[in-house]
Amino acid sequence: MTARNVSFTLNGKPATLAVEPRQTLADAVRQHLGLTGTHLGCEHGVCGACTVLLDGDAIRGCLMLAVQAEGLSITTIEGASPPEGLSVIQDAMQRHHALQCGFCSPGMVLALESLFAHTPCPGEDDIREAISGNLCRCTGYQPIVAAALSVAEKNRANLGAAAPSA
Amino acid sequence: MKPAPFDYEAPTTVADALKLLGSHEDARPIAGGQSLVPMLAFRLARPSLLVDLNRIPSLSGIEEKGGVLRIGAMTRQAKVLASDVVKRHAPLLVQALENVGHPPTRARGTIGGSCAHADPAAELPSAMIALDATMVIAGSGGERRVRADDFFIGAFETALQPGEILVALELSKQQGVSAFLEVSARKGDFGIVTVAARVAVKDGRCIDAALVLGGIAERSVRCAEAERILKEQGATPKAIDAVLAALPLDAVTMDSRSASAAHRRRLIPELCRRAIEAALASQVTP
Ligand SMILES: Cc1cc2nc3c(=O)[nH]c(=O)nc-3n(C[C@H](O)[C@H](O)[C@H](O)COP(=O)(O)OP(=O)(O)OC[C@H]3O[C@@H](n4cnc5c(N)ncnc54)[C@H](O)[C@@H]3O)c2cc1C
Ligand code: FES
Ligand code: FES
Repeated sequence: MTARNVSFTLNGKPATLAVEPRQTLADAVRQHLGLTGTHLGCEHGVCGACTVLLDGDAIRGCLMLAVQAEGLSITTIEGASPPEGLSVIQDAMQRHHALQCGFCSPGMVLALESLFAHTPCPGEDDIREAISGNLCRCTGYQPIVAAALSVAEKNRANLGAAAPSA
Repeated sequence: MKPAPFDYEAPTTVADALKLLGSHEDARPIAGGQSLVPMLAFRLARPSLLVDLNRIPSLSGIEEKGGVLRIGAMTRQAKVLASDVVKRHAPLLVQALENVGHPPTRARGTIGGSCAHADPAAELPSAMIALDATMVIAGSGGERRVRADDFFIGAFETALQPGEILVALELSKQQGVSAFLEVSARKGDFGIVTVAARVAVKDGRCIDAALVLGGIAERSVRCAEAERILKEQGATPKAIDAVLAALPLDAVTMDSRSASAAHRRRLIPELCRRAIEAALASQVTP
């Protein structure tokens, strides 16, 4: 099958790629743009390593075809990280030792970005639900949850919100 | 793990989608892709043409009209899960969806895609049967309607004919309270055994009941005898014991390394008891 052009917003900037219909979004950003922060673990929807944001919501990059992104807005881990230093979630994960090999981390960060965008002060249950589709083989999840709880705590202090969760 | 080549079209109307599906022998619709793309990656599916339903606005949306809730087939599972109208009108659907996958799979996965896929361990088919939903199907000859109980035929098999599209689900207002419970390896996994329970009690009498088991056979199993006992004897503790004794345990055919048929049979009565009790205890009064 011949390649076709697909245009979408990637990390806030317009992008046009020539892709085969069978190419997944995760493969396309890795191979055509060298954005290798989007990891591929299982390539069939089970592990969450390929998580990207579609209009702010976490989705599986390996289960969306690149051609389907036409006109949509996609954010990869590169777009979710500031040019210098770490994002709030990345910083919390570093402080809580929430990664060892780091293979799952881009997916974890984006799953949490998606959660915090909707729910600034999530409780532990919300956090566990948000990362329930992301596998980590190293940490046992505990430090990842602790990192996310620390961000929620900070948000709560900043917002002056009394409620424990949304 | 890479799909075999295929062609791709993204029509914007159901009529165009039907035309495209009719134009190729092995054309296939793609909805959320949460089951189909893995099948493509494993090359369990090798369509020549994918017809993307994601650009057809008329296939998405939730609308209540004249007491009937119509949910477009392409409505995302996450949208339905978060919908107040659905919560009021058909709480069992929300209760079932809480068990379907994870936030990222629900952000893309659709209501219609799950029904059309008809995985024997999927939650939505049982919920649709317990709610007596109507499946609205479009084909080259126009629209037809099929009751959920007749729609789900077997494992990955439905009343959909090649070239047809599931366009919507229609639900009357849910009668009674409900609960959806399951045993699965981890939260968000497909169920080893799932139970959809719905009980309508009025003036101390049980006027309607639905008890549907999933994950145990080629398709969801409606527990007709157990439902009859509930309706006859009411939802009393004694009646519930009789209900549990009348469950169709011989319908269990699923037998896998992770969950034997015997294990599933052991799980069913306790899960049913808890589901009926949770339904009766639920504060949701639709
Ligand atoms: C990690 C993970 C966990 C999951 N866990 C669960 C779970 O616990 N329970 C569960 O039930 N599911 C689960 N799923 C599957 C998920 O719910 C899918 O969303 C669903 O099975 C298919 O919906 P879809 O919209 O993605 O359809 P697709 O994957 O796009 O399509 C599935 C099939 O249905 C056909 N189809 C789709 N829409 C239509 C239509 N409107 N008309 C005609 N044919 C159509 C397609 O041609 C295809 O054959 C999981 C998936 C993943 C990746
Ligand atoms: S690579 Fe996409 S879920 Fe594993
Ligand atoms: S840190 Fe290694 S998989 Fe999560």
